[in-house]
Amino acid sequence: MGLRVLAAMSGGVDSAVAAARIAEAGHDVTGVHLALSANPQSHRTGARGCCTIEDSRDARRAADVIGIPFYIWDMAERFQRDVVEDFVAEYAAGRTPNPCLRCNEKIKFAAVLDRALALGFDAVATGHHARLVDGVLSRSVDQAKDQSYVLGVLTREQLSHAIFPLGDSTKAEVREEAARRGLTVADKPDSHDICFIADGDTRGFLSARLGAAEGPIVDQSGEVVGSHQGAHGFTVGQRKGLRIDRPAADGRPRYVLSIEPVSNTVTVGPRSALEVTTITCGRPVWNGPSSHDDLTVQLRAHGEVYGCRFEETGDGLRVELDRPATGVAAGQAAVLYSGATVIGSATITHAA
Amino acid sequence: MLPEAIEAMTEQLGQVGNASSLHAAGRRARRVVEESRESIADALGARPSEVVFTSGGTEADNLALKGLYWARAPRRRVLVSSVEHHGVLDPAHWLADTQGAQVELLPVDELGRVRPDALRAAIDRDPGDVALVSVMWANNEVGTVQPVHVLAAVARDHGIPFHTDAVQAVGQLPVSFAASGADAVTVSGHKIGGPVGVGALLLARGLTPVPVQHGGGQERDVRSGTLDAPAIAGFAAAVRIAVKEQESQRLRLAELRDDLIRRVREAVPDVVLNGDPDERLPGNAHFSFPGCEGDALLMLLDAKGVECSTGSACSAGVAQPSHVLLAMGADAVSARGSLRFSLGHTSTRDDVDRLVEVLPAAVERARRAGLG
Repeated sequence: MGLRVLAAMSGGVDSAVAAARIAEAGHDVTGVHLALSANPQSHRTGARGCCTIEDSRDARRAADVIGIPFYIWDMAERFQRDVVEDFVAEYAAGRTPNPCLRCNEKIKFAAVLDRALALGFDAVATGHHARLVDGVLSRSVDQAKDQSYVLGVLTREQLSHAIFPLGDSTKAEVREEAARRGLTVADKPDSHDICFIADGDTRGFLSARLGAAEGPIVDQSGEVVGSHQGAHGFTVGQRKGLRIDRPAADGRPRYVLSIEPVSNTVTVGPRSALEVTTITCGRPVWNGPSSHDDLTVQLRAHGEVYGCRFEETGDGLRVELDRPATGVAAGQAAVLYSGATVIGSATITHAA
Repeated sequence: MLPEAIEAMTEQLGQVGNASSLHAAGRRARRVVEESRESIADALGARPSEVVFTSGGTEADNLALKGLYWARAPRRRVLVSSVEHHGVLDPAHWLADTQGAQVELLPVDELGRVRPDALRAAIDRDPGDVALVSVMWANNEVGTVQPVHVLAAVARDHGIPFHTDAVQAVGQLPVSFAASGADAVTVSGHKIGGPVGVGALLLARGLTPVPVQHGGGQERDVRSGTLDAPAIAGFAAAVRIAVKEQESQRLRLAELRDDLIRRVREAVPDVVLNGDPDERLPGNAHFSFPGCEGDALLMLLDAKGVECSTGSACSAGVAQPSHVLLAMGADAVSARGSLRFSLGHTSTRDDVDRLVEVLPAAVERARRAGLG
């Protein structure tokens, strides 16, 4: 008898194939769709969003084809509190959060996993593109689709109850397999962006919740060069949408260098001023082997990878990059890899 | 489906003929339809002309609610019980939202019963403005049987049409249209071992609801559309058997159900039986399990081969606290921790044994998982 596995099924192609694979491997699989939105929309528009009624039907349809029981778990309240409100609060504090990562950390591998274990399941399986062998997390063979970054925050304990059946396949292979298995979601578009911001207008979403508050845009000398309607509308490294009337003295484009929520000030400057080599982090999680060979760090989802060194500092971590990075925002995760293997992660608090 | 219903239906599937046509094939189909109508009328205490075929219970409910409301214009008050099936509740709310109706939900007591004095008091607030009253014969969730004869008489005293959804009652309780005093009764095929997609509104002569569906004028000009002779033949066979075997079925199921209730109470001492302990559908047992989420318990029991159901789900499939339990005064938490066990002609003592064997561990586990 195999394991009792709860397969989280979003209604997309990845989680459907993941569930099919573990069921085929002889495990006792139950499909669960997580209802994350209190007021689900009835149809998805384009590639965006993952909380629609249509998605829950797609998930149910896939479960029926695979031949596994299927249930819907209402996680809307937890999601609202631990992901959506956290997202808004982080922006209000001048940081740039990653809600997908938070959802994995607080919902899929916390609230859902806890409930699953209490109900007698052994593990939670998802359709993430990452490899997990003997509790060790590493990158998917599909570099472009690799999601080890958004899983890098999970603890050893969380990973010990996780199954990622897709890490050895490319997305194209997954789609082919879905078609071969008769899963009608085979050609459904990939979801990306933030699922709870249906129209993709993050700034509008934040303004509706945080309100408008006019504040100054200053250059590095402190001189006011413009104004904005709320510091939460900006991300470090952003160039577009600054709406500064006066050009810089050297005529070069200006970027957001930092956001100071208390004084509601956005500081801008040239691209060169964005370059950082020292990243300070808090809340470290060590979830992989202690190997430091071929050490790299990734600073945002699907972002570039930098060779690095690091040292632990009390309750945090200081990472020295081999070459400068730009647009490093507080609130994002720094995930450390040895080769393709995740060794740990921490939350970026400062970059210089 | 009952074998007799399958046989009656399949016998007709190979035949051509529109029951509205004048040619020989049409006459043959018409004979099937009319004999089915007579048979259903006979079994349910109605006259053949009082049987209006529909596509099922939901359509019959819609025809009664909307059709009678429109026919009784300019009266605006629609009185329905707070524990109705969505087939009645939703058309009522639609009438309120779009047609100017004033919908009033009749309260129920803690056993889920509509008290006749509550209906009388509601009508008395403005009797002349009441378009219709609708109270189900028996509740699909908690099994409570309503005093429909008394309620119908209260409405009749004021000359107000009384509709009752008897989808749950046929085959489980004696159902006579004439004796009930109701003006319109909804019945359906699939709940009694007949085909899905066919039902009827038993409709008193002289009562003419405005059609919901206009067309060729079939069914007293009240429900247009070519009649589905094979489904109607299967429906008639199912009604005949359900009514013929109703009394023996009731005795058998009630005994099985009482055994189930007694043993569930032994296995889970703090369980609460919902609904009327005496006046309830013979095949229905509905419980609240304190500290459990119904969904979790359902999943655990299903994994052990026991099939049961929770209340209703929203369109995305998220379990909602049952409006029936809330109307009976339950709080949202205990409403979410409720399960219904339905017994029917295939249920046996082995099924009850199996339930009682796996229930304590499932309840224990669901309690550990908490209320999510």
